[in-house]
Amino acid sequence: MYKKITGTDAYQEPMLISPSAHFSMGGLWVDYELQSNLPGLFVLGEANFADHGANRLGANSLLQACVDGYFILPHTLMHYLAGETALGARKLAAEERLLQEARARIDLLQNIKGMRTADQFHRALGALLTQKCGLIRERGQLQEGLKEVKELQKSFYEDLFLPETGEGLHMELEKALRVEDYLELAQLIFTDALQREESCGAHFRVEYQTEQGEAARNDAEFQFVSAWESTSEGFQLHREALHFQYMQPQERSYQ
Amino acid sequence: MLDPKIPEGPLDQKWQQFKAQARLISPANRRKYRVIVVGTGLAGSAAAASLAELGFSCEVFTYHESPRRAHSVAAQGGINAAKGYKNDGDSVWRMFQDTLKGGDFRSREASVFRMAECSMALIDQAVAQGVPFAREYSGYLANRSFGGVQVSRTFYARGQTGQQLLQGAYQALMRMVATGSVTLHTCHEMLDLILEEGQAKGIIARNLETGAITAHAADAVVLATGGYGKIYYLSTLAMLCNGSAIWRAHRRGAYFAAPSWTQFHPTSLPQLGPYQSKLTLMSESLRNDGRIWVPQNRGIIVPPPTFPKRSATIIWNANTRLTVI
Amino acid sequence: MKLTLKIWRQPNPRAKGTFETYSLEDLNPAMSVPEMLDVLNEQLMAAGKTPIAFDSDCREGICGQCGFVINGDVHSPERGATTCQTHLRSFQSGDTLVLEPFRAKAFPIKKDLCVDRRALDRIIMKGGYISVQTGQAPEANSTRIPLEQAETAFEAAACIGCGACVATCKNASAALFTGAKISHLALLPQGEPEAAKRVQAMVAQMDVEGFGACSMTGACEVVCPQGVSIAHIVRMHAEFWKS
Repeated sequence: MYKKITGTDAYQEPMLISPSAHFSMGGLWVDYELQSNLPGLFVLGEANFADHGANRLGANSLLQACVDGYFILPHTLMHYLAGETALGARKLAAEERLLQEARARIDLLQNIKGMRTADQFHRALGALLTQKCGLIRERGQLQEGLKEVKELQKSFYEDLFLPETGEGLHMELEKALRVEDYLELAQLIFTDALQREESCGAHFRVEYQTEQGEAARNDAEFQFVSAWESTSEGFQLHREALHFQYMQPQERSYQ
Repeated sequence: MLDPKIPEGPLDQKWQQFKAQARLISPANRRKYRVIVVGTGLAGSAAAASLAELGFSCEVFTYHESPRRAHSVAAQGGINAAKGYKNDGDSVWRMFQDTLKGGDFRSREASVFRMAECSMALIDQAVAQGVPFAREYSGYLANRSFGGVQVSRTFYARGQTGQQLLQGAYQALMRMVATGSVTLHTCHEMLDLILEEGQAKGIIARNLETGAITAHAADAVVLATGGYGKIYYLSTLAMLCNGSAIWRAHRRGAYFAAPSWTQFHPTSLPQLGPYQSKLTLMSESLRNDGRIWVPQNRGIIVPPPTFPKRSATIIWNANTRLTVI
Repeated sequence: MKLTLKIWRQPNPRAKGTFETYSLEDLNPAMSVPEMLDVLNEQLMAAGKTPIAFDSDCREGICGQCGFVINGDVHSPERGATTCQTHLRSFQSGDTLVLEPFRAKAFPIKKDLCVDRRALDRIIMKGGYISVQTGQAPEANSTRIPLEQAETAFEAAACIGCGACVATCKNASAALFTGAKISHLALLPQGEPEAAKRVQAMVAQMDVEGFGACSMTGACEVVCPQGVSIAHIVRMHAEFWKS
C-alpha cells in the first residue's frame, strides 16, 4: 500500500509519515440524553461533543457511534417523544420561509460569478488552519489566522466561480455550500482555540507547557466544556462545568 | 452553566436508573411519531434501524447514493469493549478510567462510564448481525491491545473493522427499509434545520440529483453526520465529509462545543504535491504493537535497515503528545 | 508527464453521450486518477467549460464510491486497485487514456462518469442481512466459529459494493456481489436460519434489476479490488439448490 501511493519501496527508503487532521472531538453540545440545547434535536457519533473529551482514545470512535445509535438514542428519544403530541400531516409554519432562504442562498452563490473555484478556497482555508491552528497553537498566530479567515470569507463572496452545469448533478455547488459553512466554522475554531488558555489533549498551546515541554492543563480555570452560541454580536460562550467524583484529574506525561 | 441532566445515583447505576424511569410510548402509538435521521454512518444507520424496529416511522437522509458509503467504512483499527475475555484485569471501570484519562479530563464522567458499560452489548449485537471479527484457533473472538492501554480489549476485522461494522448497521437499516418503516432519501443533503417554538421539527434538504429543495417535517431530528476534519482540506477524511448539517443547526441555535479540538493522526503518508486531495493513513493494523512485518513472498531476505535514525526521531517527537489511533 | 484524455461526456441520463478529448501537461506521476481529474476540472472551469462529473469519496479504496473504466480496464490497469488507488505512474508520458463509465443495463448513467448503482442496495434489501433486533443478541462468545470458516466469511464480507464485477462481466451479472453476501452470511451459524429464504429472494432480485446470468468466466474476480473469489458464486449456487 505504501508503494502504491508513494511510489517508493519501504525496504530501500525510510518511510515518510506526517500528521494529519483526523477525528473531531468537537461537535454539537449534547446532554446526557444526547439532546442538544434545542429540544427535539439529537446529535450522535462524531457529530456531537461527548465522550472523548480533549482527545479520543484509539478504537473508541466506532464504539461511540454504535453505542449512541443502538443503545442510547432509542431510550432517550422515546423519553422525549412521549411528552410530545405527534405532528401527523400538519405543515410547519416556517417551511415556506426557510425554503425561500435556501433558494436565495444558492442564487447568491451562483450570482457571484468570480474567478476562483470552491476547491481553491477550500485549499486556502485548509492551509491557513493547518499553519495557524494545527498541531501547535499560539496566541499571535491564532489572532492572525482569525483575521485571515475573515478576509478569505470576504473574497469568497466576491470571487467565487460556479460553472453552468445544466440539470442534474452539480458537484461544484455542493462543494461551494460546504466551503461557505467551513469559512464560518473556521472562525469559531480560532475563537475557541484562543479562548482556551491551557493545553489539554489534542489542544496544545505553546504558552502553556511545563518545563519538560509537556502540556500544562489548567484545571482551576478550564475544567469545563466550552459551548458556543452564534449571536448577532458574535460568538457567545456557555460553560458546562465538569465534576470528577470517581477519578481525580492527573497530569499526563509522555516522558 | 449548562445542565447536562445527569441522573442521580452512583455512577454505575445512572444509566439503569434513567432507563427504569424513562417515559415510554406504547407499541401501537409509536408509528404515529416520525423521526428524521440525517447521516447513515454507524451512528445514523444504527439509530434508524433500532428506532424502526421499535415501531417509529423514520425518514433517513444521506448525501451518498447508498448508505453503505458513509465514512465509518474507513476506520481500520478496531472497536473497544470491556469484555474482559483475556483475564487481564479489564472491566467497565478500567475502560472508563482509560477513556477519561485519554480525554485529558475534559469529558463527562457519567457519559464516559455509559459508553464503557454499553460496549459489551455492542459486540454481542455486531456478532449476531454477522460482523466477521477476528477469531482465535479455538473459534473464540480475538482481541488486541490498542491505543496505548495496558489491556487487550480491541475487537477487529483485519484492517476493515469500520467497513464490517457499517455493513452490519447498513444491512439492519436495509431490512427496515424493506418493511416500509424507514423511508430512505439518498443523494439528499441537509441545508437547514426547521424549528417551531424553539423545538426541532424538520429539515430543508436538497436533492443532489435533481436540485429540488424540499421541506421535511418530523417530531424529532437526529443528526449523525460525522466529523468536520475535512475543513483542513488535507485530512484522513473522505472528500465529501463535511460539517454543514451541524453548522446549519448551530446557526439556528444549537451550541457548538469544543470546535477547535481536532485530533491529528501521527502516521499519515505525507503530502507529495500541491494537487494532493487527502492524506491516507498507514494501516493501523500494520504498525500496531507486536505486529511483525514480513515480506509477501517467502524466501526474500531483507538486510536490516541502515536508515539514519534522525529523520524518524524528529517526526515522532513532534507527535508524542498525540496518543491517537 | 503528459497525457491525452478521451472522456465520456453525457449531460443527463437521457442524452446521447460522446467522447471528448483533452490534453494535460505537467502531471505528477504520484497523482491518483481522481486527482488528475481535479486538475482537469480546474482547467476546464478556468476556460469557462463544464467540469466532468465523477464519483470519488474516500480516495483510499474502501468506500466503493469511485470507479470508471480506463482503457477498457474496469477501475484500473493495476490488479486489486480501485480507480482512486491508481496513480499516474501506472502510465507512460504521452499515453492516451480513454475514460468511460461502468456500463450495465442495471447501472443507468447519471452524468458523464457517474452511474446509478442503487440496484445493488435493492438486492441487499431482499435478504442480505441477519434479522436480529437491537437488544436480542446473545453473548458474543457463546458461539464458536472455526478460524478458517470465520476467515472465509470475512473474505466474502470484504466486498465494498463498487460494482466493478458487474461492469467487467460480458453479461453484466451481479453474481459475485450477490454471491459474496450470501456466502458471508451462509458461512456463519448466525445466518443459518434465514439461509434458504435469503438466497431465493436475492437471486430473484438480480433478475428483476436486469443483471445478466453468470457464465463463470472469472473476469469479475480479476477486477475485484478486494479480490473476492468466485468460489463464493459457487457457494451461492450450492445454497440455491439446497434451498
